[in-house]
Amino acid sequence: MTTVTASQRQQRLRNINGARPPGIPMRATKGLVLLIACLLVIVPFVVVVSTSLATPDQIRDAGGYVLWPENPTFAAYESIFRGGVVTRATLVSIGVTVVGSGLSVTVVALLAYGLSRPGTVLHRPILLMVLFTMLFNAGMIPNYLLIKELGLIDSYWSLILPTLVSGFQVVLMRAFFMEVPKELIDAARIDGASELRILATVMLPLSKAAIAVIALFNAVGYWNAFFNAVLYMNSVEKWPLQLVVRTYVVEGSAVGVDAGAEVIPPQQALQMAIVVVSLIPILLVYPFLQKHFAKGVIIGAVKG
Amino acid sequence: MSAPTTTRPGSASRPDRRTDRQRAPGGPQQRHVTFWTRMRRDGGLLLLAVPGIILTLLFHYVPLLGNVIAFKDYQPYIGILEAPWVGFENFSIIINGDPAFLNALKNTLVISLIQIVVVFPVPLALALLLNSLMGEKVKRVVQSVLYMPHFMSWVIVVAIFQHILGNGGLYNNFARMNDLPLLELVGNPDLFIPLITSQVIWKDAGWGMIIFLAAISRVDLEQYEAVAVDGGGRWRQLWHVTLPAIRGVVILLLILRLGDALTVGFEQIYLQQTAVGLQASEVLDTYVYNRGVVGGNWSSSAAVGLVKGVVGTILVLGANKVAHMLGQAGVYQKEQK
Repeated sequence: MTTVTASQRQQRLRNINGARPPGIPMRATKGLVLLIACLLVIVPFVVVVSTSLATPDQIRDAGGYVLWPENPTFAAYESIFRGGVVTRATLVSIGVTVVGSGLSVTVVALLAYGLSRPGTVLHRPILLMVLFTMLFNAGMIPNYLLIKELGLIDSYWSLILPTLVSGFQVVLMRAFFMEVPKELIDAARIDGASELRILATVMLPLSKAAIAVIALFNAVGYWNAFFNAVLYMNSVEKWPLQLVVRTYVVEGSAVGVDAGAEVIPPQQALQMAIVVVSLIPILLVYPFLQKHFAKGVIIGAVKG
Repeated sequence: MSAPTTTRPGSASRPDRRTDRQRAPGGPQQRHVTFWTRMRRDGGLLLLAVPGIILTLLFHYVPLLGNVIAFKDYQPYIGILEAPWVGFENFSIIINGDPAFLNALKNTLVISLIQIVVVFPVPLALALLLNSLMGEKVKRVVQSVLYMPHFMSWVIVVAIFQHILGNGGLYNNFARMNDLPLLELVGNPDLFIPLITSQVIWKDAGWGMIIFLAAISRVDLEQYEAVAVDGGGRWRQLWHVTLPAIRGVVILLLILRLGDALTVGFEQIYLQQTAVGLQASEVLDTYVYNRGVVGGNWSSSAAVGLVKGVVGTILVLGANKVAHMLGQAGVYQKEQK
């Protein structure tokens, strides 16, 4: 029960009670297993980054992929960012991610706040309506038809709107809001603050962790979104980055490089550069993800 | 609720503002207040929820209605409302056991079963292994590394697998240059299930580990001491304290996974379908996509999707029910006050 506070204390306790510490072979085996597990994650990643930075000669000599670039070059990045398909797709992905997660956090926060005080009129039916969405999915075809009827095919909104509100995120945010002491809300109300003002000046500052979790959830979701784009985005000029990765890296179709380039980097370097580009945002937010996600997921799981 | 109010605002023309405030964030014992009074009291709050409510209705509930095309002969140029009713005709591919449908169903169930048997225990094993390590720092580093792939999209994961293990990938290039045995894993229909299973483990085992680690960290330390006092070693602690303590979480997650049996990673499979062919890789979700969106058989694939959705929902509800019966919270529960 009282464990979470100090992990070191837990550690010390465990040292004491470990009647017989595990023998060296046992510890070595465990260490080895975990080391291999970690290498399985790290090595592919290193190969991807290294190959994207390697020179054509090195890639040729190594048979396609390198573990470590000897003379790192950004040629591959320069050619994919010279204004072609990849450049455009990156901008599309950034746009969808920023707009999508911004709107999503706003709408989810508003809805969660509206449902954060049991006893509010219509509280139960609305909450149930939101919770039920976690149990069913209408199916791919009706979803497609809806987007089509709304005239959103080939519109960036088709990537943003359908996933704007998720029941899970509302539940998560609501759990955070409900932990804010009622007295603070009452005090604000006595001062004559409107509900919107209470949300903005009392609730949100106290729920920064929740905002971060929801924002990151959405940002990762929008950045990685693939299937909605496959379904709804017909024109290549509007493709987000994930579709470009599919076409050029998974299917291996020719990478659209500027024809005027003097030195065209090898296919592998270009492909790996595209992968790296699509990974950069994830890696940038990873430290934050790590901090907030585990907590958020556990709260969401417990309070569901 | 039960206690009759003494100062009922009969006409509701001038509700006493002070009492309104006192009642505001509903205490457990609510006195009877008319709907419109409550509406006036909470309207400002509810107004904020409106965009979310509209989006939820539009993108979660309206599509449910779209499922009517499963009972109609829908053609894109006719429109949903005008399309003629055909009863259960569209379900005939299911009822008559269309071979392509049966193949998709079979693949779905096989993949699902394999994922439950093979994939499910991995995060648990990792969590127990990691938990038994001494160094807090090592623990944290390993954890951080292992759950990074969870945040990568399926496209990236598939791309990485192809470039590392594919026929022209890192390993096979290396093997050819050094006369080592080649690894024909990617694009091989016979090894499709091992391939996607290893991808799922690579991507999500570290992530799945978190919830088990959280459960383990809640185990009462005194129980470990008790075992130690009785002369029990680490194995006994594992067997008699850790495992029983997290049994609830394990069962719960297992049940929920069973509830999801008809859903196996759409994106992951769709991305690799061209390489291995439909025979090995078609699952229900890809079947609906290929038949409906690609093939234009909207109504009959909507029928398949509808059946899958209904069965899926029943499975989830059933799984949740079982979780309740075992004394677990489940995905949803009766709303706490």
